[in-house]
Amino acid sequence: MKEEHKGLYYMQGIPLPETPAPGTAPAPWGQTNIIGKAIPRVDAYDRVSGSAVYPSDISLPGMLYGAILRCPHPNAVVRKIDTEAVQKMPGVSAVINASTSEADIQWSYSNDIKTKLFDPICRFEGEALAAVAADTLYQAWDAVRAIKVEYEVLPFITSERKALESSAPYIHKGGNRVKPAEMYERGNIEKGFAEADVILENTFRTECQIHVPVELHGCVASWDRDNLTIWESTQGVYSVQSRVAEVLGLPLSKVRVIGHYMGGAFGSKIQPGKYTIIAALLAKKTARPVKLFLSREETLLAVGNRPPANIKIKAGIKKDGTLTAIDFSAIATGGAYPAGGTSLLDWLAKDLYLCPNVRTETADVYINAGPARPFRAPGHPPCSWALEQILDALAVAIDMDPVELRLKNIPKHSQAREGNPPYTTTGLEECLVEGAKSFGWQEARKGVAENGNKGYIKRGVGMASALWVAGGGRQPSTVIIKLFSDGSVNLNMGASDIGTGTKTVMAMVVAEELGVRPDMVQIENADTGTTQYATPSGGSKTVPTEAPAVRAAAIEIKRQLLVMAAEDLKVEASSLIFKGEEIVSKIDTSKKIKVTAVSGLKKTGLVVGVGYRGPNPEGKVVNPFAAQFCEVEVNTRTGEVKIIRFVGAHESGRVMNQLTYDNQVIGGITMGIGFGMTEARVLDGNQTGKLVNKNLHDYKVPTALDVPADILSVRIEPDDREANTTGAKGLGEPVTIPTAAAIANAIYNAIGIRITQTPINPLQLVQLLSDNRKEG
Amino acid sequence: MKKDHDKKDCKCSHSISRRGFLTMIGSGAMAVAVSGSLAAETTEDAEVMNPEEMTRLTLLINSHRRRLLVEPRWSLLYVLRERLGMTETKVGCERGECGACTVLIDNIPRYSCLTLAVEAEGSQIITLEGLMKGEELGPVQQAFLEKDAFQCGYCTPGQIMAVEGLLIANPNPSPEEIRRGVSGNLCRCGSYANIFKAAKYASELKRANGGAE
Repeated sequence: MKEEHKGLYYMQGIPLPETPAPGTAPAPWGQTNIIGKAIPRVDAYDRVSGSAVYPSDISLPGMLYGAILRCPHPNAVVRKIDTEAVQKMPGVSAVINASTSEADIQWSYSNDIKTKLFDPICRFEGEALAAVAADTLYQAWDAVRAIKVEYEVLPFITSERKALESSAPYIHKGGNRVKPAEMYERGNIEKGFAEADVILENTFRTECQIHVPVELHGCVASWDRDNLTIWESTQGVYSVQSRVAEVLGLPLSKVRVIGHYMGGAFGSKIQPGKYTIIAALLAKKTARPVKLFLSREETLLAVGNRPPANIKIKAGIKKDGTLTAIDFSAIATGGAYPAGGTSLLDWLAKDLYLCPNVRTETADVYINAGPARPFRAPGHPPCSWALEQILDALAVAIDMDPVELRLKNIPKHSQAREGNPPYTTTGLEECLVEGAKSFGWQEARKGVAENGNKGYIKRGVGMASALWVAGGGRQPSTVIIKLFSDGSVNLNMGASDIGTGTKTVMAMVVAEELGVRPDMVQIENADTGTTQYATPSGGSKTVPTEAPAVRAAAIEIKRQLLVMAAEDLKVEASSLIFKGEEIVSKIDTSKKIKVTAVSGLKKTGLVVGVGYRGPNPEGKVVNPFAAQFCEVEVNTRTGEVKIIRFVGAHESGRVMNQLTYDNQVIGGITMGIGFGMTEARVLDGNQTGKLVNKNLHDYKVPTALDVPADILSVRIEPDDREANTTGAKGLGEPVTIPTAAAIANAIYNAIGIRITQTPINPLQLVQLLSDNRKEG
Repeated sequence: MKKDHDKKDCKCSHSISRRGFLTMIGSGAMAVAVSGSLAAETTEDAEVMNPEEMTRLTLLINSHRRRLLVEPRWSLLYVLRERLGMTETKVGCERGECGACTVLIDNIPRYSCLTLAVEAEGSQIITLEGLMKGEELGPVQQAFLEKDAFQCGYCTPGQIMAVEGLLIANPNPSPEEIRRGVSGNLCRCGSYANIFKAAKYASELKRANGGAE
């Protein structure tokens, strides 16, 4: 054994958490040794050295490259596809389209509308029409470009507002509504407004945001006769497996999906895409492995987005800051197919603030654009944009500090859920108070009021708060831990680590329970062939779902070791406890044995612990809460906004790892800056209906020049003893929800202009400043 | 550079230097000054390749000589990843907009997706692997690890190369210079604030090593 490893498997001498009796749930951790520390990621070396193999890095012997021909029109019917010349082109091995028998299969975007994998009706620019496999990527694209297609080009709609006009062409039979408008009402809205001292109303719009993970969507597919293996850039190998098996009519056991690493997703890789099926079909037809990763342009067109939303909101308030009524209505679109265009769009209006009288109405419509996919906190950032700005305006109207106003309206139970169940913890108050304190909120506001706005560069501060509808995690999850005879550990779980640090956090859970060093935990994950079932990593549920299962598996190991050690020591197992690398009698401390000396462990070679995720607490809601604060400088001559600093105060239960926690806050705020300030899908509504900005020069993801270096994460960490056995709630979504609204509120504070539409770019702001001067 | 085809038989246009033209557009924003001088070269003696034929090429990558046959149109990125299996250089847009494919060419960070492989002949190409001593991380990599300057890690090789190039040119950059130095590299996970910290820390590590790297 290498010197550096000797005696270092275990953290020396620390007492480990108590092992509960079989069948009973463990108590939440008290003081922790590892959990909550700032520990570099267990796979950091792999990621910074380049040794991590991402799906797009996979290369197999004899591998071909696939490419997809896509419809260039937003609405068209394919009359004829001619691939004859293409078959003979250099390097080309296979061409598939609607008329090749192997590709004549169903692929439906929703249960209600049946479509083919290569459907002759193309309802959005970028719909797949044919695909090619060739020796090199260049040859594959040569071939795609050489395919001749005759289209019947049809009228299109790119505006969700125009989609409901009587003259609008129907995108599907039956009209352009995905479903009847969804209504919600509690209390009496008219009565609520009658009680209000101030009522404000405004309309807001948030533009369509596109996920843009840096690793492109795609996979490598390979067959061994009837066994299909897919290396896919995905958030969930099991969700890819089940969809591929369903579409191709295969048993689950014939589809193995592997995704050890993946380069970002933000919701867009929760499911496989048509590309996954196409790669498998090309690989089958050519009897060769096929690598098919989309181009950046294709990902901007066809693999998901956050729906644009048009929101009308009206809210009433008493002079003392009590909210009396909220009336919310919205039209949004998930594109050309049912894709959750209005999913959770009204949730914050219904649930974030105490308000007895609320009415919401949301209408999901079709337009000729690529279907949406879940995007980090679906529905929440658009709703936050409207709700947090109307609250800010109400605070101004009644001359109250916006933090104060929010503190007045904090709910202890979920108002929008049946039976008004309480939250396990509501950290919103602490987020507001501690966040404001760290930011220096009152001093900053005073500073702006007194001397911030004399020159043409104006300073302002703003804030917004949030909750996330999920984030409590859920069943199912299965995890297996193996303890080797030398005390080192293998952790086996199905979950993907999408960059949030899942592997690191889970290794820390093992370390906390078993007393081994986190780097002594080998992790095997995200492979349907060799790892356990897990739902996709998304919705801020991975840590609260997987961590309790990991903890349960580790406890299972300890239970078995205690029984084995009891035999060696000839005492009752219940009298034994773990202390670092030793098992010791509580009664007689001279009776002890090293874990590695336990004869049962030596005899069996290893001890296996299986852990399952238990149910969530009945009748309670587990949600994370947040408040964000920012300071901006607005150049009133150029319309440029510089974000000076941000504070994100987040309550997501227990902080599992300070480093990855703070990084998540930084990342969420950065993405929120994109949503609020730089990003918009631009469709040419007048002439072509096509996406105008299908590249990363024109679709503006925030760069290093767009974000402040000063982003402070304030950890609000209540002792949530009910959420789950680890006390952790999700963090990935809440961090991006209030950001854009906080910026808009800060700009209002600086220049007195309410910006209702994203993105807040100089183009828009210069116009608003000019209009304002004219009015003024 | 040795050609596989005879210029007399070549149907390629002689009126424009394909090589010179592509060099210009392939340079990326970071090396405008360099390509500017190339643009001013006369085109008469420029070598012209037949796009239909494979060309013999020798690349000097991380101090190793690699000989291979390429199509003249293949990007350096494609050759590194798909021909040489050097997948530590990542692909994100293939049009010079995301920076995932950044490598050092003669110590300047360049987008390998906008650099033709044939253009890179005769230059020193350094990828992530070239920053390491065997299995030991270089100082920029170590700084990214300690400061958690990434999440999914996919843009990270490009970010690290951009910082490496920055620190070669400017061993003690200001915060604003760091920000500009990585502004050609998108991080969608949004870890920029930590990347800034890592770049600063890397400059300290490098200087502590006496610039031995």
